[in-house]
Amino acid sequence: MGASVRVEHINPFIEATVRTFQTMVYSDAHAGKVVLMPGAGLRADVSGIIGLSGMAKGSVSLSFSRITALKVVSAFVGARVLALDDTVTDAIGELASIVAGAAKSELSQYRIQISLPSIILGGHELAGPGDVVPMVVPFQCPQGTFNLVVRFKSEG
Amino acid sequence: MKILLVDDSNTMRRIEKNTLEKMGYTEVHEATDGADAIRKLGAGGFELVLMDWNMPNMTGIEALKAIKADPALKAVPVIMVTSESEKTRILEAIQAGAANYVVKPFQPETLQEKISAVTQKAK
Repeated sequence: MGASVRVEHINPFIEATVRTFQTMVYSDAHAGKVVLMPGAGLRADVSGIIGLSGMAKGSVSLSFSRITALKVVSAFVGARVLALDDTVTDAIGELASIVAGAAKSELSQYRIQISLPSIILGGHELAGPGDVVPMVVPFQCPQGTFNLVVRFKSEG
Repeated sequence: MKILLVDDSNTMRRIEKNTLEKMGYTEVHEATDGADAIRKLGAGGFELVLMDWNMPNMTGIEALKAIKADPALKAVPVIMVTSESEKTRILEAIQAGAANYVVKPFQPETLQEKISAVTQKAK
């Protein structure tokens, strides 16, 4: 099994998620207990993924069920969204991008660059451990539950 | 006032456009990346640009530098609206000629304040 993400590396992503939801989704998102990604069984319908590069490598993703994604995106864009369409993929990607951008300023020693968002749409299993064991943070907000998944490996 | 919104996210353009319309700005045009922005600015008449940083084809900072290097465009104020929140990035944008800088996530009021500050200064 690979190394796991350290607490000081995951906290900026948790704080960024809370702040992003407060400010852009007008929603109070509460983080649950941080856990190691299980090998299998964690599923989602929509995931927004941002790659991290620089002196730390990895990714950050926000993963939602269909119904939570629709409610979150509706609150974000200020209009009711009823289907997993381009609006949802764009909005979830943007939320993930904002979270990654906000977190990286707290990890400036790693000179992180963030990628453009990638979206997985349709039922999928969140990938299990690879080189770095991802940390999963379950969130509860008025729109439902979702997961923040962070892979973070500092160089050196 | 003719304003250009530059962001590859349709969602962010929609949010920014709503903010501008609430402020009374109705002539709002959109571009999906830096290269698209340069093309559209070529039509002339724009008095403000809101520019994202991370975009495909041409990033916001590349587009900002191109705007400031173009005698026909350099007077157009550009506000960066981006999730790039590190001081080095903000400094880079200001040194490249950005008129102001809004970090995502932002409250609509913050965006309004920054737009008002820039447009007042331009008058």
